[in-house]
Amino acid sequence: MDTVHAANSLFPVAEQFAAVIANVAVNAEYKHLVVAAEPPATDVVAGQFFHLLCPQSGDAAPFLRRPMSVYAADREHGRVEFLYKVTGAGTRGLATLAPSHRLNMLGPLGRGFTLESTWRHIAVVGRGVGLATLAPLALMAERSGVGVTAILSARRLDLVMSVELFRSHGADVIIVTDSDRSSDVSNVERLLRDLAARHRADALFTCGSNRLLLLLQRLGKELGIPGQVALEQQMACALGMCFCCVRDFHATAGGVEHRRVCWEGPVFGLQEPISW
Amino acid sequence: MVDLTVKIGGLQLANPVMPASGTFSDGLARVIDFNRLGAFVTKTVTRELRAGNATPRVAETAGGMLNSIGIPSKGVDYFIDQTLPFYGRFKPPLIASISAPTADGFASLAAEIGVAGVAAIEANISCPNLEQDGRAFAMTSQATAGVVARLRAATKLPLWVKLTPNTGDIAEVARAAEANGADAVVVANTILGMAIDVDTFRPRLGSITGGLSGPAVKPIVLRQVYQCARAVKIDIVGCGGIANGNDAVEYLLAGARAVQVGTATFVHPTALLRVIDELEGFCNRRGFAQVAVLTGALLSAGADETDVEWRQEAGQ
Repeated sequence: MDTVHAANSLFPVAEQFAAVIANVAVNAEYKHLVVAAEPPATDVVAGQFFHLLCPQSGDAAPFLRRPMSVYAADREHGRVEFLYKVTGAGTRGLATLAPSHRLNMLGPLGRGFTLESTWRHIAVVGRGVGLATLAPLALMAERSGVGVTAILSARRLDLVMSVELFRSHGADVIIVTDSDRSSDVSNVERLLRDLAARHRADALFTCGSNRLLLLLQRLGKELGIPGQVALEQQMACALGMCFCCVRDFHATAGGVEHRRVCWEGPVFGLQEPISW
Repeated sequence: MVDLTVKIGGLQLANPVMPASGTFSDGLARVIDFNRLGAFVTKTVTRELRAGNATPRVAETAGGMLNSIGIPSKGVDYFIDQTLPFYGRFKPPLIASISAPTADGFASLAAEIGVAGVAAIEANISCPNLEQDGRAFAMTSQATAGVVARLRAATKLPLWVKLTPNTGDIAEVARAAEANGADAVVVANTILGMAIDVDTFRPRLGSITGGLSGPAVKPIVLRQVYQCARAVKIDIVGCGGIANGNDAVEYLLAGARAVQVGTATFVHPTALLRVIDELEGFCNRRGFAQVAVLTGALLSAGADETDVEWRQEAGQ
């Protein structure tokens, strides 16, 4: 892998060409991309992201990079992994990558998840592509001796992501789907109240669904449980320069303020963002 | 060893490459060495606290992007207390980009912001003028003359004026800036455009229209630099679709003395350094001892190789 600009502690973000190791479909909608990487890319923490220069696919040549949260990283073996849904011009381009191809990636970027030393067991609630963002939390928690219960939500059973990854890091996994109605907010609320009552939700984590964010904000407030949410937003620069990726947040001094998802986030305190 | 130094309206720069306003902030210091830049140009500061426009604020287009960010600004105090001390740690001079809705507003802001640590002012007169039905000052030579005269009276700092490419006669606007005391013109801001999502029938920008930038605009803005260079004697800073050394050379040949790199930095955060390195490489390869001799060195279509050699010798 070539580093376009030499990275060191002064420059914790680098534009790098990473060799593709694998890029395989894991179900009808998602692909799993593994690239060879070196620091600072492998210093990425759960919740952080890379800004990817996606290859051209068909007629579409994406001009801007695409933000992609990290799915897994391994400094020892020099690997960074992504789990992505093939939807637009950018991800269709990513889907064309094959072993020996090189991917231009910028990162690691943004603020990731943090775990407080007083937490013994956390509840992770995610849906769709948000599950890829939450997955590395399992390893982070395992290393910190924090237990995890993961409620993984999807439209159908075959679209639930990251089950094995969560289990491999010792997490309890609860799968909820639209097809059997178990993903209804009322049912997820029942599950979370049960976890809280059994002291298995010292903190709540979520990504990928506004409905789930609203639920967690409500429960967090009522039960006095802290938490964190990873947000997504369209980005141009991903370095806080362009102010493209702003969302509405409760200002500390009252009222509403914009914050940049790329720079102040993408991970925020659970009660900070104004859900939409 | 190539001499990359240039002088823009009395201000000496170590090299002619700097960021375009709004495409640069402290975040880039995590990726590149700021001390290599010719200058800093800040995001536009306004006196008013501005939240900016509705999202989506950016839309990708062929060879470029549209933006309608809307100049979010934290005001003058934040600029003086936070922005200036941060950039003060580095060597390049800082150009403060300012904007206001009225000529009076421009003048008082220029006076207020002319503090130690600000080496020059870039007046972004491409923004809407409340006194002219929201049309940008730089759309007409009359409005440009008025606001530049007020700015000139309000500050002793080198005054750069950023023009809009959306006017019908940019050379005339540049002349008005020069006649009223501008030290340089920055050519140019973004080109007004729009894009529509055919799936949803909705505009792809929250504010419907926005400014086009990136490689797609380069031939248009390059032409405007050429037109301005023939019209004025003050220095020109070229800005439009520059992503590599050859792009910068084109702008210098057309008459620019320095260049700003903007949208390219969004795609490649190292673009500014690439332009500097490739500009130096170009001069080395072609035997130019000073980058400054490239400015306005455009030859007519009938020129032959001897003319290029003569230009090289003159530059050594």
